[in-house]
Amino acid sequence: MTALIETLCLSKTFTLHGRGGLQLPVFAGIDLSVQPGECMALTGHSGSGKSSLLRCLYGNYGASSGDVRIRHAGNWVSLSTAAPREVFEVRRRTLGYVSQFLRVIPRVSTLDIVADPLRRLGVGAEAARAQAAQWLQRLNLHEHLWHLPPATFSGGEQQRVNIAHGMITAPPVLLLDEPTASLDADNRRVVVELIHAARAQGSAIVGIFHDDEVREAVATRCFDVEQHRSPV
Amino acid sequence: MSAAPGRPQASSHRSAQHEGTPVIPPVLLSARRAGKAFVHQGQPRWACRGVSFDLYPGEVLAVVGESGSGKSTLLRLLAARLACDEGSVHYDVRAESSEKSGNESTGLVDLAELSEARLRWLARTDWGFVEQHARDGLRMNVSGGANVGERLMALGARHYGHLRSEASSWMQRVELDTGRIDDLPATYSGGMQQRLQIARNLVTHPRLVFMDEPTTGLDVSVQARLLDLLRELVDELQLAAVVVTHDLAVARLLAQRMLVMKDGQVVEQGLTDRVLDDPQHPYTQLLVSSVLTP
Repeated sequence: MTALIETLCLSKTFTLHGRGGLQLPVFAGIDLSVQPGECMALTGHSGSGKSSLLRCLYGNYGASSGDVRIRHAGNWVSLSTAAPREVFEVRRRTLGYVSQFLRVIPRVSTLDIVADPLRRLGVGAEAARAQAAQWLQRLNLHEHLWHLPPATFSGGEQQRVNIAHGMITAPPVLLLDEPTASLDADNRRVVVELIHAARAQGSAIVGIFHDDEVREAVATRCFDVEQHRSPV
Repeated sequence: MSAAPGRPQASSHRSAQHEGTPVIPPVLLSARRAGKAFVHQGQPRWACRGVSFDLYPGEVLAVVGESGSGKSTLLRLLAARLACDEGSVHYDVRAESSEKSGNESTGLVDLAELSEARLRWLARTDWGFVEQHARDGLRMNVSGGANVGERLMALGARHYGHLRSEASSWMQRVELDTGRIDDLPATYSGGMQQRLQIARNLVTHPRLVFMDEPTTGLDVSVQARLLDLLRELVDELQLAAVVVTHDLAVARLLAQRMLVMKDGQVVEQGLTDRVLDDPQHPYTQLLVSSVLTP
């Protein structure tokens, strides 16, 4: 079986020019590869570079050296060298990301935010909204919130909007940054079920799960970022 | 019962269509080491220099930088309002009769080689230009409706009823009260004038829109509404756009890619969220870290 996402000797170092060119090495020499149906949990202490690695996998951070490759429409696409529009196309169809914090668009309702990734795949407005409603219902987000912009929602409510938004297109590669951090036990269970379903549909998943119980429930293996920490 | 509400139907159709052969669309606008100098105290001073990029149909590019960085001069070079002193700007000009015969492209043409008349035709059909001050982009002595209809008349539309219904439908699209169709733009608020300017530009279905600080100077609540509208229109009409802004949040919301300018040079360019979240150049790092987040 072919992997859907892999890194080749991936390294990340931040250079802070405002601090006299201070170098902040994060990690170096990471080789990982995730197959369809796998869920890889990134582990390591706070500050070990888990979120930075996840952002590199999404192309949000650039690799300092090495590469991230995504299997997109049957071909490998290198996130280091792909043009912006190619990265956008990979994200639209192949690569999903559930971040910790929701970036709110002024005035847009929760339902439309969740439906948007489907709309971008060409699904009609009504069908997309109907599917968005199913996801929000599944995640127990109260119906009276659906037509409001999520700016004023609680952390847990925003997180559920984020999960629905990131997972609604069932992307072949899915990145999850602490998807259950501010959820109660019932909703944690729902998210665990959704991750299982995504795996069953053949998604390759990489995630950060602080909650041991959740990690044990969803991860098929762990990747210790700590082991690749750059010497300072 | 499955846990997930199910895969969308459309994604499988699309992947089947596109499997294997990636389709590379033709470049729409191409800047090749473009530069413009102004003479200052007898010496040429480069307002912008060495700017190169290719813009594809449907792509939105933000040009950011502080005032004096050359971003507005660059916009004027791209829109052929100024001529390059160095390098060139090329555009995928459609055949003039394209309205009848479809989208026949004649390939990339150097704007410097087009006649004044041809450039005027481009500017009022296939391009839009949204000015920072709506007054500079509107005709203040004719009604709101006439402002929207003007470009259609330039293309030969004469039927009054048709012009009026087009104007009214575009006013609705930019969320203007059609009851104000006969009022002069001076009686509109700043946000309304900006939306009218946008309608006036989009009525001919341009493929490329230039925007110079489109939200600057508007109240914050009005800005949010305008941004949301622009985002929707760009998406829906598959517009390509070059947006000059000093507001990084505007760039993040509207543009897939961005270009950071300092002292007339491009110091960094790439995917918008990567440039903003992982800036590489010292100046971009300074720019990003200087923004106050409420």
